[in-house]
Amino acid sequence: MIEMHEVDKWYGTHNVLKRCTTHVAKGEVVVVCGPSGSGKSTLIKTVNGLEPFQGGRITVDGQAVTTSGRDLTRLRARIGMVFQSFELYPHMTVLDNVCLAQTVVLKRPRSEAEAKTEALLRRVGMIDHARKHPGQLSGGQQQRVAIARALAMDPIAMLFDEPTSALDPEMINEVLDVMTELALEGMTMMVVTHEMGFARRVAHRVVFMDDGQIVEDRSKDAFFDHPETDRAQLFLSKILHH
Amino acid sequence: MTEFDWTAVTNNLPFLMQGLFLTFQLTILAMVGGILLGTVLAILRLSAPAPVPQLIAGYVNGLRAMPLILVIFWFYLLVPLALGRPVGAFPSALIAFTLFEAAYYSEIIRAGIQGVARGQLQAALASGLSYAQAMRYIVLPQAFRAMLPILLTQSIILFQDTSLVYVVGLRDFLTAANIVASRDQRPVEMYLFIAAVYLVLCAGGSFAVRRLQRRLAR
Ligand SMILES: Nc1ncnc2c1ncn2[C@@H]1O[C@H](COP(=O)(O)OP(=O)(O)O)[C@@H](O)[C@H]1O
Ligand SMILES: [Mg+2]
Repeated sequence: MIEMHEVDKWYGTHNVLKRCTTHVAKGEVVVVCGPSGSGKSTLIKTVNGLEPFQGGRITVDGQAVTTSGRDLTRLRARIGMVFQSFELYPHMTVLDNVCLAQTVVLKRPRSEAEAKTEALLRRVGMIDHARKHPGQLSGGQQQRVAIARALAMDPIAMLFDEPTSALDPEMINEVLDVMTELALEGMTMMVVTHEMGFARRVAHRVVFMDDGQIVEDRSKDAFFDHPETDRAQLFLSKILHH
Repeated sequence: MTEFDWTAVTNNLPFLMQGLFLTFQLTILAMVGGILLGTVLAILRLSAPAPVPQLIAGYVNGLRAMPLILVIFWFYLLVPLALGRPVGAFPSALIAFTLFEAAYYSEIIRAGIQGVARGQLQAALASGLSYAQAMRYIVLPQAFRAMLPILLTQSIILFQDTSLVYVVGLRDFLTAANIVASRDQRPVEMYLFIAAVYLVLCAGGSFAVRRLQRRLAR
């Protein structure tokens, strides 16, 4: 579903992605982890072209990710994305947040978009908040709406960039539960997260990044039981013991 | 000292109101035109490929470095030359004000757009919206909401500045008052009256801006 081949990205002279190669098969859940600044967000944002890259090739569902143009816009509409800071639109109600791209991009009639929205809000447990604005919601609630907003486009894959990092601890699980359910239903997912419990339960593969490189890309069990590199061992010991 | 005599004001009210109407007309048209053009300039300056942003920066800084009265006069002379026929004082003044104010508005709007979190644009693009759609539905509504008080303040300045159109022979409110004051020899009453009108309108505008600011801050 998602193929990345030798992806290179530079910020000026700073090489932030170094020949990154990996893939996410249909229905697969791949967790991306690594120290802060290692390039995880940059990597995941190249998948839908939010971050341009200078070398290598990325395809999603067989379609090349270009740097701009209508094809890229159309491809983005089919890939859901969830951000660390939620990025709900503060000037719109929850309902309108979820309806907007459905009506503007997919040209769904408003009634159809609303019906879809209500079903999704019910699914993430947010139907009672449909008329509220994002500012009136807790972080966990906002993130669940953001997931519903992405799902409203009937995506072929979902990208998550640290979806629980900005949440208070007591809200992390309500978001992880929604994501787990999604994974069990067979959604193709690429998830940047430090939630190793989630990775152990849900992921098929783990990609470990350090300093712009994909250092390990292995099955979940292999990664957790026998990390190959010192860097991954160090990372795991730090993250599991606090 | 003689008594105040307000008949100079009351007898000439229709004439003065005509001037006030012209002032309002010019203010509102230049405000709408200036904000529309300023928005286009701001977006192009932020996202168009070189050399467009550089050209716009030159335009904005150039106009802002110039006295408005010169710009008004200039357009009065230049627009007919450019079009090859006379256009009249009002259209030329309106064009001058619109282009001049657009320079100021565009800077306000540019700051407003940059003030909208970058993640908002990313989220909109990620959902499949085009850049133009993301601007229209997500970025600009938030930017304008944040900028509204500054935009209105700039518009109050514009309202005051319209009195400069006397240089091209237009009769705005202040000019109309000048004419009456010197003809009827009642300058004190006349200038007290127009000062009161400007004060009421501008103070009212400022008051509305402050209320709006408070409401938006909630
Ligand atoms: N806009 C930018 N300009 C320059 N450097 C950047 C920019 N964004 C990110 N970087 C750098 O790229 C590297 C990877 O960043 P990021 O992908 O955000 O890491 P992570 O998500 O793993 O914490 C970091 O060294 C960061 O400083
Ligand atoms: Mg990151």
